[in-house]
Amino acid sequence: MTIDIGGMAIAVRNQSPGFRELLASRYAGFIRPDSQPRLELSVDLFEPSGWDRADEDVTVKRTGREWHIQRGDFSARWDLDAGKGSVRQTANPYAIDSALRIAHSLLLAEEGGFLVHAASAIRNRRAFLFAGASGAGKTTISHLAPSEVSLLTDEVSYIRRQFDGYYAYGTPFAGELARAGENESAPLKTLFLLAKGPENRVEEVEKTEAVRSLLSNILFFAEDQELVAKVFHSACQFADQVPVRRLIFVANKSVWEIIR
Amino acid sequence: MRSSAIAARLVGDEMMVMSTADSTFFTLSEIATLIWQAADGHTPLSEIVRRKICSEFEVAPEEALRDAEQFVADLSDHGILRVSTHPIREHTTDTA
Repeated sequence: MTIDIGGMAIAVRNQSPGFRELLASRYAGFIRPDSQPRLELSVDLFEPSGWDRADEDVTVKRTGREWHIQRGDFSARWDLDAGKGSVRQTANPYAIDSALRIAHSLLLAEEGGFLVHAASAIRNRRAFLFAGASGAGKTTISHLAPSEVSLLTDEVSYIRRQFDGYYAYGTPFAGELARAGENESAPLKTLFLLAKGPENRVEEVEKTEAVRSLLSNILFFAEDQELVAKVFHSACQFADQVPVRRLIFVANKSVWEIIR
Repeated sequence: MRSSAIAARLVGDEMMVMSTADSTFFTLSEIATLIWQAADGHTPLSEIVRRKICSEFEVAPEEALRDAEQFVADLSDHGILRVSTHPIREHTTDTA
């Protein structure tokens, strides 16, 4: 089954009908059998033992060309250059979800893109990002969007750098909204840093604050100095090219009147 | 001398420096940026202060050196700068 997020296809191979059904349901809208996969993951399922903890911190390390990923409920290894790898996990959706996020974060890092803890949406053929920690209002902003707005995600946004600028892509990674985003993309117009307040307004943000805020919201898991440096420079480059503003908003539909 | 385990970039007038080992993040002021950029591993700090700071800003040399030493010590504690009583000969940092 080939899951294509952001134009980066990853094939997930497993013979269990139940697991395949789980994947088909969870990633509906992003399954593209005809996409050429960048990575093929062979998934081996094991029975949960009670000791496998999904809430443990994940470790992501590189040895030579191979990445090694370890968490309580899954382990994985892959060679991104060769495009092959394996995942060993319990039959729960969170493990494969995490494996996919980590794989995408590594693929994106090499190309100047990243996953970011942000909601994103398309309005008038332009994408907007809404970044912030838990409770900042990502799901609220998503929930308040008018009908003509396409929601790309309320939790994990997918940003790619193309030759003509940055693009945001829809992802199946949902937050409290509990539904996958639209599988669409658009050029990125603005990154908004969310803050709730007594009125709706947009404020300028100093470049250094923009970089700092972006870095604090980028999802990156690898303990790899070379790649961490790349992500840092990507964030700086992004802040050079994409307007970053603070969006102070009241939690009602009126906020969308100033998102254009 | 600037550590090799960092990534740095000049954003406007401020130098942003991140440790690639633990992702600790620093934004250096204009004066701190001057010291950072001059930390080549063989110029003494006193010379950097005299040439880069005292010549550009109205500050007493002793005070400038004291502040610079504190600044260098702080960054050294975080692994951002390497400090030595002798010239250091090492590879370059990743700076854009």
